[in-house]
Amino acid sequence: MSPSQHPPVGVDAADRFRDASFPLIFERAAPGRRAARPPVVDGAPMAELLGEEHLRAQPPGLPEVAELDLVRHYTQLAHRQFSIDGNVYPLGSCTMKYNPKVHEEVAKRFQDVHPYQDEASAQGVLTVLAELQDDLASITGMDTVSLQPAAGAHGELAGILMIRAYHEAKGEGEQRRVVICPDGAHGTNPATASMAGYDVVEVPTGPDGEVDLDAFRAALGPNVAAVMLTNPNTLGLFETRILAIAEAAHAVGAQLYYDGANLNAIVGRARPGDMGFDVVHLNLHKTFTTPHGGGGPGTGPVGVKAHLAPYLPAPLLVRRDDGSVGAEGQRPTAIGRLRSHYGNVGNLVRAWAYIRTLGLEGLRRVSTMAVLNANYLRVRMREAGYQIAFDRVNMHEFVARPPDGLKTLDLAKMLLDYGVHPMTVYFPLVVREAMMVEPTETESIETLDAYAAVLGQVLRDAQRDPSLAHDAPRNTPVRRLDEVGAARRPILRYQVPQA
Amino acid sequence: MPYVPHSDDDVRRALAAIGVDDVETLFADVPEALRNPPIELSAPLDETALLKRVDELAALDRTTGPDFLGGGLRAHFIPSVTPHLAFQSEFVTAYTPYQPEVSQGILQATFEYQTMMCELTGLPASNASMYDGASAVAEAALLAVRQTKRETVLVSRGVHPETIEVLQTYLWPLGIALEVIELEDLTTPVPDVSSEVACVIAQNPSFVGTLEPMRSLADAAHGAGALFVAAVDPLSLAVLASPGEIGADIAVGDGQTLGNPVGFGGPSFGFMVVSEPLLRQLPGRLVGQTTDVDGKRAFVLTLQAREQHIRRSKAKSNICSNHQLTALMATINMAALGPQGLREMAEGSVRRAHQLADALRAAGGDVRTGARFFNEFVLCIDRDPATLRRALSERGIRAGVSVPEAFGLGFAVTLATTERTSDDDIAALLSALSDLGVLESSRQEVTA
Amino acid sequence: MHTPDSLRYVRSHEWASAPDDGVVTVGISDFAQDQLGDVVFVELPDVGRQVAAGEAIAVVESVKTASDIYAPLAGEVVAVNEGLEDAPEAINAAPYEGGWLFKLRVDDPSAWDGLLDAAGYEAVAEAD
Repeated sequence: MSPSQHPPVGVDAADRFRDASFPLIFERAAPGRRAARPPVVDGAPMAELLGEEHLRAQPPGLPEVAELDLVRHYTQLAHRQFSIDGNVYPLGSCTMKYNPKVHEEVAKRFQDVHPYQDEASAQGVLTVLAELQDDLASITGMDTVSLQPAAGAHGELAGILMIRAYHEAKGEGEQRRVVICPDGAHGTNPATASMAGYDVVEVPTGPDGEVDLDAFRAALGPNVAAVMLTNPNTLGLFETRILAIAEAAHAVGAQLYYDGANLNAIVGRARPGDMGFDVVHLNLHKTFTTPHGGGGPGTGPVGVKAHLAPYLPAPLLVRRDDGSVGAEGQRPTAIGRLRSHYGNVGNLVRAWAYIRTLGLEGLRRVSTMAVLNANYLRVRMREAGYQIAFDRVNMHEFVARPPDGLKTLDLAKMLLDYGVHPMTVYFPLVVREAMMVEPTETESIETLDAYAAVLGQVLRDAQRDPSLAHDAPRNTPVRRLDEVGAARRPILRYQVPQA
Repeated sequence: MPYVPHSDDDVRRALAAIGVDDVETLFADVPEALRNPPIELSAPLDETALLKRVDELAALDRTTGPDFLGGGLRAHFIPSVTPHLAFQSEFVTAYTPYQPEVSQGILQATFEYQTMMCELTGLPASNASMYDGASAVAEAALLAVRQTKRETVLVSRGVHPETIEVLQTYLWPLGIALEVIELEDLTTPVPDVSSEVACVIAQNPSFVGTLEPMRSLADAAHGAGALFVAAVDPLSLAVLASPGEIGADIAVGDGQTLGNPVGFGGPSFGFMVVSEPLLRQLPGRLVGQTTDVDGKRAFVLTLQAREQHIRRSKAKSNICSNHQLTALMATINMAALGPQGLREMAEGSVRRAHQLADALRAAGGDVRTGARFFNEFVLCIDRDPATLRRALSERGIRAGVSVPEAFGLGFAVTLATTERTSDDDIAALLSALSDLGVLESSRQEVTA
Repeated sequence: MHTPDSLRYVRSHEWASAPDDGVVTVGISDFAQDQLGDVVFVELPDVGRQVAAGEAIAVVESVKTASDIYAPLAGEVVAVNEGLEDAPEAINAAPYEGGWLFKLRVDDPSAWDGLLDAAGYEAVAEAD
């Protein structure tokens, strides 16, 4: 069965619904069809048990489909989706590395434990979490870790709130109103500072691609609460003056925050704790390869030095005198809960399995090969005709741009026609037409050679015939979209026909 | 075996191309004092050894037997087809759909998700999901503060205690006051709402299982120019009046009951659905429908200018991910069950709870409910809830979520049922409670 | 770039019409709309709001960016262009006419003369 072909339609909202391109699940439905059947419990009608006034007037307009239709629909949708299992996916800053299958098996074994069941009957999963908590502290060089935050940005919020609580406890809450971020920082850093009630001051990137130390020192003062840094930074460069930065920040009483998005470049080889950072968050879907899941769930554990431990969000896992693992209640000084329960446990157990499988030598090999691959691809990309923004030995990623006259967006779309995924485009903001490339350690040299060859090909094609660039992609399930129309008159739901 | 494909020869070849002698040179930018610190980790395990260790640990966890645990997470029926479809590798190993031409799978599934959540809640605009129910409630409060420019939030005691804690965490740095409405007869009384109040938040069914007077609470909020936030169990909406019907401006909650395992508390997902005027204030990702250059219907992330990667310190929230995969589980599960299946699950859960409450009362148990309750209720007991939980667990039963002191009920637990609860499960719980003297002593207390 | 001589400009790319009974109309320049690309949404200030010169009081969004709009002069917001709610594309089509953003009753009408004239603004815009 192929979707029916209607002629192209205009951008009018009503018209857009008439185009029966790939059907929605609602368009495969018919009243009376069913896939799964739950156990049925007979008994009194709902009006009697709940009261008529509490009942809904109309049933929700959910689709009614047979099981095979359901299976075909979501299988075909999967086929309309690019994935790391399908092909190379070198998104800078996102760390699209292979997600080992054994982790999925491990996760299933702990998925039916309820967070409110008797602690003694949940010692397996609690032990896993306690071991992970300890391992992450060792790997980052911090004293204590909380596994609770649900994503990197959530971990950032936890970290900055702890810093705020710390300053307030010292009576410096009023005085310290500012968080410093480099201009190349991830957008979450300033957004987090703002959510925590702080003003943001950006410091510029210097000509070598690192934080401009003079500008940084000039921005420091007794009003600064925290400095948020990513190291290696978003240009893929290690901040070589990190120890001087830490010293300067601490000299004015500011706390140093480590955005762990790029820890995968140095895992096992260097630790934020040793660099002078007071707080660190980790993105387990990056360094510790929990699946990205098409945009989440992530997981953002947060680690601190001892002086910030009183502010960590509960539950923290502790080993009791009898050898069992339990959850400690909220400390009176803590910033409070960030979400319910223990965190995204399904991801935490996958990360635990990864660390258990690799050990220290394995983790070191991960960062080493990630850096080797990124440098190799940088050289190959330069040979293919691209400009490298800071052409020196980089860490796990680097930033390139096309020759003048070509648009990054066009080249990205041309790559799609070759069945490979583009790099991150237009980030970081400090490089014009930025192409941010992170191959990760799990890609082979042959894959990188092939990717570089495609990059060279699209460059030549675009230079030879601009219409090729403008019209790409041609071979994808859909082609370039009207994003302006989507934003001007948002259609965020299907109008389900009334039964 | 760290999933790295490089042979020694590959490494040599790459180093030669880069023009350095060895891999250590690649790390020359790292100050020497920082390089290769001692890190204590256990020795690596191969796959067989890893799975053996997992078996040993998993054996320490009770995951079978009668189960009356609720408190926002319940082990409802999940058909085999749901995880099978959701965990296809394309969905599991994709990134955020920033290249829509090759991401229609996730984008369309999310559009379907948004539509289903609108249908369930009776409100017109859903985001693509959030972290969990508790943080979604906190984000709803922040939305109300932005929209009304007021700085007090009123929350019912009947809202999950962990959610109230999360609200406190999110509101204190911004100087927003949080006031709690105490319950009367396990029910939220209609409060006096002042003109300082940004929103009133109530949960239905409440933490103690009560069906709250949602319409009156919404009217009270609106009367003072405040928004009304309905924190709801989405499965209950197969039966209960929707947030849209009762006049809520924002519906939020945790999606676990729509088709994710309890997972020791995560990940499930949070949802947020709002009325039309609040659309541009929605935090988080949104998928919109559009067309491609050939006129084909297609889907794309939209209204991104609100988000952190563009607005940075002026973004509506710092949230930069959604809980895509767990929301996809719910989407597929809702389609698998349809309106009929979801209703059967909700109804079965309600009937079993009423059956259990009647049986406990008949046996002398001190059951407490509001005027109407859904599939969860309070049992007042004579001992610390953790002690009871341990004793029941030793008898193979998982039951007894603690009711915090703030409810003023003394020692008390909640009991929840699902459509999977059987007559045998109920008999086992009654017999265990009776053995433990819980029902006896409550009866004595009542008569005394 | 089209830069009418009858208007005055500020470096942040807003224009202001000559005060008419103390009221100036404000919008963004042709250069600014071109840089932004297709405008998809506009967030306008509340009527009655008192604003300082240089205060961010509105936001213009395109698909991939959002730009703050600053009040070029101090005063009170007396009107906003409600038509932009449904048709933000007017900012691209006619930035100096149908695409105006808001009207200010300015505290000091003579301050208008101190803003950049068309030539002065073009020099600034070209240097950007």
